[in-house]
Amino acid sequence: MNDIYDGLVSAFWLVVTLDADLLEISLRSLQVSLSALVIASAIALPLGTFLAIRRFRYRRLTISVLNALMGLPPVVVGLIVYILLSRSGPFGVLGLLFTPTAMIIAQVIIITPLIASITHQAMRELWAEYHDLLISLNTSGWQRIKTLIWDGRRNLLTASLAGFGRGIGEVGAIMIVGGNIDNATRVLTTAIALETGKGDFALALALGFVLIALAIGINISIHWLSRTEREGRW
Amino acid sequence: MSTILPLTMTNVAVRRRGKRLLGPVDLEVGGLGLTIIIGPNGSGKTTLLRAMHGVERLSAGAVRWSVSEEEARHRQAYVFQTPIMLRRSVADNLRYPLQLLGAPRAEVSRRVNDWLARIGLEERASLQATRLSGGEKQRLAVARALIRRPDVLFLDEPCANLDGASTRAIEALLRTALDEKTRIIMTTHDLGQARRLASDAIFMLHGMVHETGAAERFFGTPRTDELQAFFRGDIIA
Repeated sequence: MNDIYDGLVSAFWLVVTLDADLLEISLRSLQVSLSALVIASAIALPLGTFLAIRRFRYRRLTISVLNALMGLPPVVVGLIVYILLSRSGPFGVLGLLFTPTAMIIAQVIIITPLIASITHQAMRELWAEYHDLLISLNTSGWQRIKTLIWDGRRNLLTASLAGFGRGIGEVGAIMIVGGNIDNATRVLTTAIALETGKGDFALALALGFVLIALAIGINISIHWLSRTEREGRW
Repeated sequence: MSTILPLTMTNVAVRRRGKRLLGPVDLEVGGLGLTIIIGPNGSGKTTLLRAMHGVERLSAGAVRWSVSEEEARHRQAYVFQTPIMLRRSVADNLRYPLQLLGAPRAEVSRRVNDWLARIGLEERASLQATRLSGGEKQRLAVARALIRRPDVLFLDEPCANLDGASTRAIEALLRTALDEKTRIIMTTHDLGQARRLASDAIFMLHGMVHETGAAERFFGTPRTDELQAFFRGDIIA
């Protein structure tokens, strides 16, 4: 119990004094996970929508695989990305291992299936509603996807936020491909793992509280932003 | 302006799960005016309408227009029995069909404003379309269908579940469209409405075209026993 109290106190001081290290790793956490979120959303939102509206041969299989990939173990993703990016691997020449870019790549792989799958569920419903009209208006495939994404943006926001939540709280993959290097690839989650290992529970907890606050803060601000745009419409 | 008519249906049939829903139907629709399709429930009215519009998968036969299928698709519109509202504002719903065609912005706003006035929803332009009343939704759906100035407009029971005032508003819109040389083909259960609007009519029974004719003759002296019975209000087995 004392540990948690100490953690809260040190978290408080770390935040009010704008601790330089804390600021740096928090910003890096945000940078990595937000970049991964943007890239993953750019892939997953159209993909999930496409799966909802298009009938093709291996559609059911694709959807099952996608759902299965939601549970992809981050450590394994990290390992595979590590092997691909390591000096002897196929992308070794790019020199990306132990950089934030490598961490972003790993996170994109982890959160894309999650966002695509939630998108697919939400878009399936909207498509059932719009189907006849969009067919009647003789829309092209791409116009249908655009229409559904725009009109279903509320649901897609939820999908993206779920992806962000998984990304920012993830430690296994980015630990492996990032290496938790101070001033280079250390982020909140890897720092927590490190401090816990060192036995500095107060600092680890402080970082933990900052991480939670960050995740909640991002969620609330995105919801707030989308609501001011469309005043309580649904 | 040339028209995509006549519409020619040859030997059209629609089967689903071994059940025949429509056909075989041979039909030609041309000229101007308003064709009413009547018939009991399950007689294939909606299927016929959807087959004409090209949104029903045909099991046999063909639907042809005087122009290529691609061009014909752009010059017809369809209003569904339950209006489908995009989850956008009223104005954006009207704008949508024009946007798809990539019409110039100024032209789009001009036509949207014109139609908002015609359907009396100017003050609700920025309201979410899903929040409109049933009658307003249907008016908006008809306006959205007409905003592209289609050669042919299909309506599937546009006034089902609407009260008198809303029905009158829809019929006024249809009359204006007729004056602007839009060919209209619609189904209805309301025989009064059929008589008010039709220039010719089709009676459907068991998935087949049972009787057709110009309105006056069709309603005045129906030839088949079944149509006479239908007008008397008998239940046709």
